Amino acid sequence: MKTLFIKGGRLIDPSRNYDDRADLLIRDGLVEAAEKNLKPPDGAEIIEADDLVVMPGLIDMHVHLRDPGQEYKEDVLSGARAAAAGGFTAVAAMANTDPVADEPTTIRYVADKAAGAAARVYPIGALSKGLQGAELAELGRMQKVGAVAFSDDGKPVLNGTLMRNALQYAGGIGALVIVHEEDPTLVGKGVMHEGSISSVLGLRGIPAAAEEAMLARDLMLLKMVGGRLHIAHLSTAGAVELVRKARADGLPVTAEVTPQHLLLTDRAVKNSGYNTNTKVKPPLRSEQDRQALWEGLLDGTIDAIASDHAPHHSDDKDVEYDFAPFGIAGLETTLSLLLDEVAFGRIKKLTLPLLVEKMSTAPAKILGVKGGSLKPGSPADITIVDSGRSFTVNPDTWYSKSRNTPFAGRQLKGAPVYTILGGRIVMKEGVVADRE
Amino acid sequence: MQNLRRKDILGLEEMSAEEITLILETARSMREIMQRKIKKVPTLRGRSVLNLFYEPSTRTKASFELAQKYMSADSVSVAGTSSSLVKGETLKDTVRNIEVMGIECVIMRHPVSGSASYLARNLEANVINAGDGMHEHPTQGLLDMFTILDKKGRLEKLKVTIVGDIRHSRVARSNIWGLKKMGAEVAVSGPPTLMPPDMEDFEIKFEPCLDDAIEGADVVMALRLQKERQEGGLFPTLREYAELYGLNSRRVEKANEDALIMHPGPINRGVEISSELADGPRSVVLDQVTSGVAVRMAILYLLLGGTKEE
Repeated sequence: MKTLFIKGGRLIDPSRNYDDRADLLIRDGLVEAAEKNLKPPDGAEIIEADDLVVMPGLIDMHVHLRDPGQEYKEDVLSGARAAAAGGFTAVAAMANTDPVADEPTTIRYVADKAAGAAARVYPIGALSKGLQGAELAELGRMQKVGAVAFSDDGKPVLNGTLMRNALQYAGGIGALVIVHEEDPTLVGKGVMHEGSISSVLGLRGIPAAAEEAMLARDLMLLKMVGGRLHIAHLSTAGAVELVRKARADGLPVTAEVTPQHLLLTDRAVKNSGYNTNTKVKPPLRSEQDRQALWEGLLDGTIDAIASDHAPHHSDDKDVEYDFAPFGIAGLETTLSLLLDEVAFGRIKKLTLPLLVEKMSTAPAKILGVKGGSLKPGSPADITIVDSGRSFTVNPDTWYSKSRNTPFAGRQLKGAPVYTILGGRIVMKEGVVADRE
Repeated sequence: MQNLRRKDILGLEEMSAEEITLILETARSMREIMQRKIKKVPTLRGRSVLNLFYEPSTRTKASFELAQKYMSADSVSVAGTSSSLVKGETLKDTVRNIEVMGIECVIMRHPVSGSASYLARNLEANVINAGDGMHEHPTQGLLDMFTILDKKGRLEKLKVTIVGDIRHSRVARSNIWGLKKMGAEVAVSGPPTLMPPDMEDFEIKFEPCLDDAIEGADVVMALRLQKERQEGGLFPTLREYAELYGLNSRRVEKANEDALIMHPGPINRGVEISSELADGPRSVVLDQVTSGVAVRMAILYLLLGGTKEE
């Protein structure tokens, strides 16, 4: 493997509060030095980064790779390429595959397939067998073969006793539980946020209380039995408030938010003329909810930003609104959507270091995986960004197999230009090279 | 005569008061044609129209078909169990087939809100929404306004009370938008569980007490209690509904003396409206049906034939 020398960039490393110019020397897949005025060793490949921002590789802690079972939508390798193209060096893949990743074989299948892929893929195991919400899956055996967390994401756990036992049992083996908070009995046949827009459009609504009620239950269970809980994709003002209070009470809870919930509201369903690419769970909420999510992100209530990359084929999405599946594919837009917010200063207090914290350092810490740091000795997972680069979102150029995004055609400023995985350049100027 | 400057009629929310007025005025001339002995004009000769009904319909479908025949359009109807929805064909593929058959105007009824807008976006032909899910049923709204206008001579400042299952009703939505644009005052009443979850954008008054809602009304419109759309538990029983929210002669006494009683049909007699009231002198339920043909003729004319010599 070549020695890499990243010269003169603005280096952001939240793990040691560093934000200044520095050179970065990478040898044998590890960060060897990160200081000003280093001398490039002979034969090193040099990346001129004077106008670029260098950061620890971004980690998307919530993606769906559809593999095994729905490889026509995405697979482990295409998902990893999409990740690299979007500036992510690692992703955590949810268990709602077919078969469900609820025992060691499927976990191992995903991990093995990801060896040599363009990004690290951390499998998440199912919390319950077959995502049925009835019996606990083999958390311990899956953990031994590499599952980094456990979740029934996509199928919220209605059974309170199962959730109680899951938290308690996972606590015993030091495992993280990730929850998708949506009471299915309150969701019903809802397809968008319940409010004035759903009322006008005649679409069945999903009330904010569907998320908040189940979240409140799980926080109470957490208080009762302990464990470690991570809340996926917060979407309502009330949910942010519940998490804020739980953290103030010292509960071991973390939370994430997606760019779609930070940037869009239910109005997008109307303005797009019922475009099914606005159909997502949890649904795009009200403007007031959106504002509350930013507040939560900035005040530390929300730890991480994740894409909830949910790829769907156009055959599945290009149908009537009620018939389309929920989900937005986000690996190749998430970083740029947020860089654009920073570039135009729309959100006061949203800085690049904060963004790197939310997209790299925090997810690494929550999942308990390597990365999120450029300290010497760290794996050389690095994302390099050009904050000044403008482009238009065009899903036809994606590495993902799917194209479902409500952001198509949007002009964005800020893009990843290099993704480096274990010292190897896997993406350069938007072009992904899988294997050496 | 003017032309409608739009490709599709998807709903009344997006339509201006001027457009609505144009349609209602045109419908008046169309009604004259209907009163002739030979009900046939060549206006749409050689034009092809498809009636695509993914949901059962009696009035709307018959009324569109008659309007097409009176105007000499060539039309085909695809409905119910014979439709490709049953065979699992996607709307997208149906659209592609419609396109190559050279059809110029599609009238569609579909159970999913927004499907008319999906069709319009994907098709060069004119699209007329004959009811999409719980969203809109614009021709019903127009024919209701035509009926009111005909009987009352105006829409402005009239007090219209719509009673019943507003939540699941595309008829209510189209009437609310249309009537408000034309200057009427709209109030709704019924059990809160059958109201849209948030009515802020409609800017209408919700009066939970039916007697108060009816008081001083110029028009009282009952809606069909759509049993087929009820998610369980929105109200306890039909008999309780009839007792609390059913329209009958006694209740309607609180309305203005010359108040009109309306219902888009089909009627559940004894549930949302008593037979005595539905068949009584104030009822314009059957006039609504007649208006339907005239209004649909007007729309077809304004969309398809307005630029040609009559």
